Amino acid sequence: MIRTLRILAANPLSLLGLTLVILITLAAIFAPWIAPFPTHNGAVVDFLNNNRPPSSHNWMGTDLVGRDIFSRILFAYQISLTLGVVVLAIAVPIGTMIGLLAGYIGGWLEMVLMRIVDVFLSIPPLVLAIAMMGVLEPTLTNAMLAVTAMWWPWYARLVYSIARGEREEGYVLAAEVIGAGAGHIAFREILPNCLPAIITKMTLDMGFVIIIASSLSFLGLGVQPPTADLGSMVAEGARYLPDSWWLTVFPGLAILVAVFGFNLLGDGLRDVLGVDE
Amino acid sequence: MSGFLRLLLNRLGISLIVLVGVSMLIFAIARIIPGDPARIALGPNANAEQIAKLRAEMHLDASLPVQYGHFVVDVLRGDLGTSLYTNRPVTQDIAQFLPATLELVFLAGFIMVAVGLPLGILAAHYRGRWQDHLVRVIALLTVSAPAFVWAVILMLLFAFYLPLFPIAGRISDIYDIERTTGFLTIDTLLAGNWTAFGSAVHHLILPAIALSLSGIGQAARLTRANMVETYDKPYIEMAQAYGFFPSRIARSYAFKPSLIPSLTIIGLDFAAMLGNAFLVEAVFAWPGLSRYGVAVILRKDLNAIMGTVLIIAITFLIVNIIVDLMIAFLNPRIRYSTRGTS
Repeated sequence: MIRTLRILAANPLSLLGLTLVILITLAAIFAPWIAPFPTHNGAVVDFLNNNRPPSSHNWMGTDLVGRDIFSRILFAYQISLTLGVVVLAIAVPIGTMIGLLAGYIGGWLEMVLMRIVDVFLSIPPLVLAIAMMGVLEPTLTNAMLAVTAMWWPWYARLVYSIARGEREEGYVLAAEVIGAGAGHIAFREILPNCLPAIITKMTLDMGFVIIIASSLSFLGLGVQPPTADLGSMVAEGARYLPDSWWLTVFPGLAILVAVFGFNLLGDGLRDVLGVDE
Repeated sequence: MSGFLRLLLNRLGISLIVLVGVSMLIFAIARIIPGDPARIALGPNANAEQIAKLRAEMHLDASLPVQYGHFVVDVLRGDLGTSLYTNRPVTQDIAQFLPATLELVFLAGFIMVAVGLPLGILAAHYRGRWQDHLVRVIALLTVSAPAFVWAVILMLLFAFYLPLFPIAGRISDIYDIERTTGFLTIDTLLAGNWTAFGSAVHHLILPAIALSLSGIGQAARLTRANMVETYDKPYIEMAQAYGFFPSRIARSYAFKPSLIPSLTIIGLDFAAMLGNAFLVEAVFAWPGLSRYGVAVILRKDLNAIMGTVLIIAITFLIVNIIVDLMIAFLNPRIRYSTRGTS
């Protein structure tokens, strides 16, 4: 763990990624204390100061009802990161279980499970999430549900492809010969060999979940106003381009910076942990 | 039977199974809607009689398997139901909006390949040097923002600040082109109107670039990884030992095998683009499937939602069959095989 971190930190790009991820996580956790205007997360109206360009008072300007955009971005990071963590915390174990079962046990179970995975993978991820949000009410919980539903198949396929390869390896056969149960072999023998790939993918996926979630709210299908969310902030501001450029540019860059951080970190982890692309 | 034909039949078979699964998934999504779909569709002012009539039309009183059966039979007859939003058959709506989206996605796919592959080859060629690092950073940056952020940034830079491209729409209002195919680039050519064709292409460029950016990054990274792997193979070393020129080795021995895995990813990226088209179309007011899709979703128009998702899934499956056949064509082991393996 320490060794991995040290090798990671030796690469300037990975170090930049790690720094960005730590900074953004801290900013999200401590948003109520760091934000210059902590009340501006909700339905606050200050028409005396609305639609102001960036200044020393409001670093990233104010929105149409006078809320500080920098403060709202910090609170929006809370939503994005929570959503990412919850989605992965549910999708990864489910996908891993299914991938292990299909890959190690094989037979008709492999056939059925992997065809189900194929079905999910043959609808563009965003379209599937949009369709689910189309019939559900647009709330944070439902957005998490929709993104989770489209996310687990990717882990099922990843773990499946590794587990299928390991099935014939010597150490698995050895474990079978000494009479280890299927559960023991799948979870104690094969799973540890999938972990580097899973951890790398999770880091990269934090970024992708943020992208998908902000895309949903950009289309008005995610977190609803007045709660601050990066996607809906861009959508609201896009109507006032090019004059009020700060309404869209700063929330847009906020997404770019966060996802870039996770991508740099995941990319570095991939090299350090020796995971194939 | 040749390997090629066998592969085609095999792929069609698998796609058919997947398509049945997709139809079940879409049906399931449409049935998790809370409340009575008929009541939601008709709005709060409908009376009991109207609701009962629509429930009967939508087969809502039957059991779920029977409802699914009706759905499948209707789809096979080419009937996706009537949109409650436009009051027209869903197929007619989709036929009107799909070409605009496909036009955008095809050009974006072309840009992705035309820019992404050379970038990847460049990075592999200069492995470990500054060119390689530069491509890596560019690739990571392009995949780090959703398509709507790139769309907004490109629009701000190249439509507002530097007015090189139009801000919105598919073509200048001054042209009145007969919609034969719905693809404006084709219709303008059919009409023989070159200036209108120019206008249509001009409107396409900026949204297509916004849509292609994340695909460019992925294509570049994957091509690089595959090229680097191929360069480590013994036969490349052999060619080097024979003193072949590096350009010949790159062209004849390294590039083609590397292209095969890249093509698979390009098929997947195409799928992502069909989704991301929703975002880019919203920014550029592009009259494609997105405008229709979002409108019907906000109206909870079930027939239209199911139809739109089904058409997108079918488009994606067709593209992937084409990609698989291209791979088979490039791979002599499949092309010349008589036993036909994948």
